[in-house]
Amino acid sequence: MQMLMQTLGVLVLLCGVAQAGPGPLIDIPAGTYEPLLPGKNEPKQKPVAAFRIDRHPVTDADFKRFVQASKRWRPGAVPALFADANYLRHWAGPARFAPQQPVTHISYFAADAYCAWRGARLPTTAEWEYVGAASATQRRGRDDPQYNRRILEWYGRPANAALSAVESQPPNVFGVHDMHGLVWEWTSDFNSVLVTGESRGDSALERGLFCGAGALGAADPSDYAAFMRTAFRSSLDGRYTGVSLGFRCAQDARRPPHSKSKEPSR
Amino acid sequence: MRSPIRSSFESLSGRARQTARRTQCLALIALGLTACQDAKPPANAPASGAAPVTATAPATAAAIAPIDMPIKGEEVAQLTVPPAVPPPITRDHATKVIVKMEVREQVGRIADGVEYTFWTFGGSVPGRFMRVRAGDQVEFHLSNHPSSKMPHNIDLHAVTGPGGGATSSFTAPGKTTQFTFRALNPGLYVYHCATAPVGMHIANGMYGLILVEPPEGLPKVDREYYVMQGDFYTAGAYAEPGLQPFSMDKAIREQPDYVVFNGAVGALTGDKALTAEPGETVRLFVGNGGPNLVSSFHVIGEIFDRVFTEGGDAVNNNVQTTLVPAGGATMVEFKLDTTGTFILVDHSIFRAFNKGALGMLKVGGPPNKAVYSGKQDERIYLPEGSAAQVLPAVGKVIPAKRTQAERIELGKAVYAANCAACHQPDGKGIPAAFPPLASSDYLMADVDRSIDVVLKGLTGKITVNGAPYDSVMPAVALNDDQIANVLTYVRNSFGNQGAMIEAAAVSARRSAH
Repeated sequence: MQMLMQTLGVLVLLCGVAQAGPGPLIDIPAGTYEPLLPGKNEPKQKPVAAFRIDRHPVTDADFKRFVQASKRWRPGAVPALFADANYLRHWAGPARFAPQQPVTHISYFAADAYCAWRGARLPTTAEWEYVGAASATQRRGRDDPQYNRRILEWYGRPANAALSAVESQPPNVFGVHDMHGLVWEWTSDFNSVLVTGESRGDSALERGLFCGAGALGAADPSDYAAFMRTAFRSSLDGRYTGVSLGFRCAQDARRPPHSKSKEPSR
Repeated sequence: MRSPIRSSFESLSGRARQTARRTQCLALIALGLTACQDAKPPANAPASGAAPVTATAPATAAAIAPIDMPIKGEEVAQLTVPPAVPPPITRDHATKVIVKMEVREQVGRIADGVEYTFWTFGGSVPGRFMRVRAGDQVEFHLSNHPSSKMPHNIDLHAVTGPGGGATSSFTAPGKTTQFTFRALNPGLYVYHCATAPVGMHIANGMYGLILVEPPEGLPKVDREYYVMQGDFYTAGAYAEPGLQPFSMDKAIREQPDYVVFNGAVGALTGDKALTAEPGETVRLFVGNGGPNLVSSFHVIGEIFDRVFTEGGDAVNNNVQTTLVPAGGATMVEFKLDTTGTFILVDHSIFRAFNKGALGMLKVGGPPNKAVYSGKQDERIYLPEGSAAQVLPAVGKVIPAKRTQAERIELGKAVYAANCAACHQPDGKGIPAAFPPLASSDYLMADVDRSIDVVLKGLTGKITVNGAPYDSVMPAVALNDDQIANVLTYVRNSFGNQGAMIEAAAVSARRSAH
């Protein structure tokens, strides 16, 4: 099964990634990420290596191709261990499948499998936040008060309206769309801020995010948007699916042709 | 909201009672342990935790600390929408109480024409009121509606335990979490969401009150209401229409646009006012969600007979204004000795008049005149001094012979002292209030009428330069010479041109009446 999927992935890669995902990935140059809650021995700025990321979140249409190719990820076929009962719920419900809207009701495992199928992976939190920190005009978007205000406005609206199509908003300075204002997005290490090897029972770590204590170690206590993303991610577990949670994929920076993705298929 | 409450409250210091009780229980626990080791229970030691307390032994019940009370049965808590309060608890034992609270993010009205996205416990701001009894075991279920964008949790100040429940109730959209706590301390407590950034969750309305009744209940009153203050921070200024987003900048600077009771301007006014009957005693459960401001809670026209300071046991009598801290609460009680509309305010008074911190308590029926008479008289009060008072002796002054220029010069001073305050130094008056003298058709049309106005005053509707006026000018107590001077001045100033008025002409009008 694993082999089959990877072979399929390579086939799709060879046939052209544009068919399977949101088009060519955007090259992101190396840079730095400022964690909201840096660990005691962590630097205030973390280097992020060059990588590539989808230009917009994965859409219903994109994900449908994956589900057609991979039966085990069809609604109803996924074990409860890998997605909760709401997995792809909107495809059946009155909200319906809409090709250009970002796919939601997606568990971490489903998002991870989709990216692997495309020969890609989920972005790390550091990568996501580094790209998400950019406004339309500059990499450090929060120097622009409008940037934070717009994000907070989105966080402040309930999620009961229909989602817009992807790329309804202008791109940021990297040329990437919809990092804010459309859906929350999975990252590969979504709960790493709160959880060490002990996983979810680790309430002593969690407590740092509650009430005033949450501000104690924060790099910028006024960065409410970052607090909210951190809080949101830490409320998740890998099976969770939700009405406003989607994802996009990333890849390491380009290497000599197919050197990485060919490895597993041989 | 009417509440037949048990009346067995002792007004002794509750804290002292409680402390005594705890000490006693500790002693009993110690005894109980000793008893176990000895395998022989001592006489009169019911506190081992096993012996059920019966209703027929209230003295024994009062001696048991909440934590040692046996749990009997279970029930689902009745949660109420503000300003309603669940009925008093009539049980005489602790029980398991199941609380089901749903978090909803929803757009609602914060003022007429202004909307805001509230984050709520139960769909209202403040959230649902909970009422339990000391000793109860509360099984708390927190559900976060699937349409929520945010994870939420709950920190109940009534909880003894890390995070007040927050560590155990962190709930993603579309999930339900559960935890259980023991209500150990009686009192009125705030609950709120404590998810980072906590200030924003509270600023969006995520707070409410939970009452932990003492085992003996609260004193009997006729009505109970639930009022909670909160401050709101919007991108637009107060009353700016439309859906207003949260302003992080204003919240950090602690400069709210709205300070309101029960989540909106006008939530407790007009047909939504609280009501009561004369002679009734009312209890208000007053909370303050903040996030920033401390409330100076006051009811205009009432004195709190009793204040349970900060929602605890200490009772303060005869209080005008009581502080309610952000994240704190108080209980106030007062008997309605007369009728009328009593206004609830935050007596940091600009909040009441400019930011919405106003509520009403309407008490119907005929007033008790012995308590408050109502208006007994009204008359014009003229603080400007002697010139405005009618003195019968004036006017009997021998008129002086003056030129027009002299009269204009002298009249200018009379005008400045007696007329300019209303008619203005430039004679243009105040639109709709004080008619103009400048280029005034009314003034210039009839000399005798002008003299009469100064002599006798003028009340009622007139039209000046096409505009209607309807107000009162008192008679001005000037002598004939002064009246001649001031009229000559105004009839030759501000664009007017007229003949000199002699003092004799004024005398003639005076004697004509």
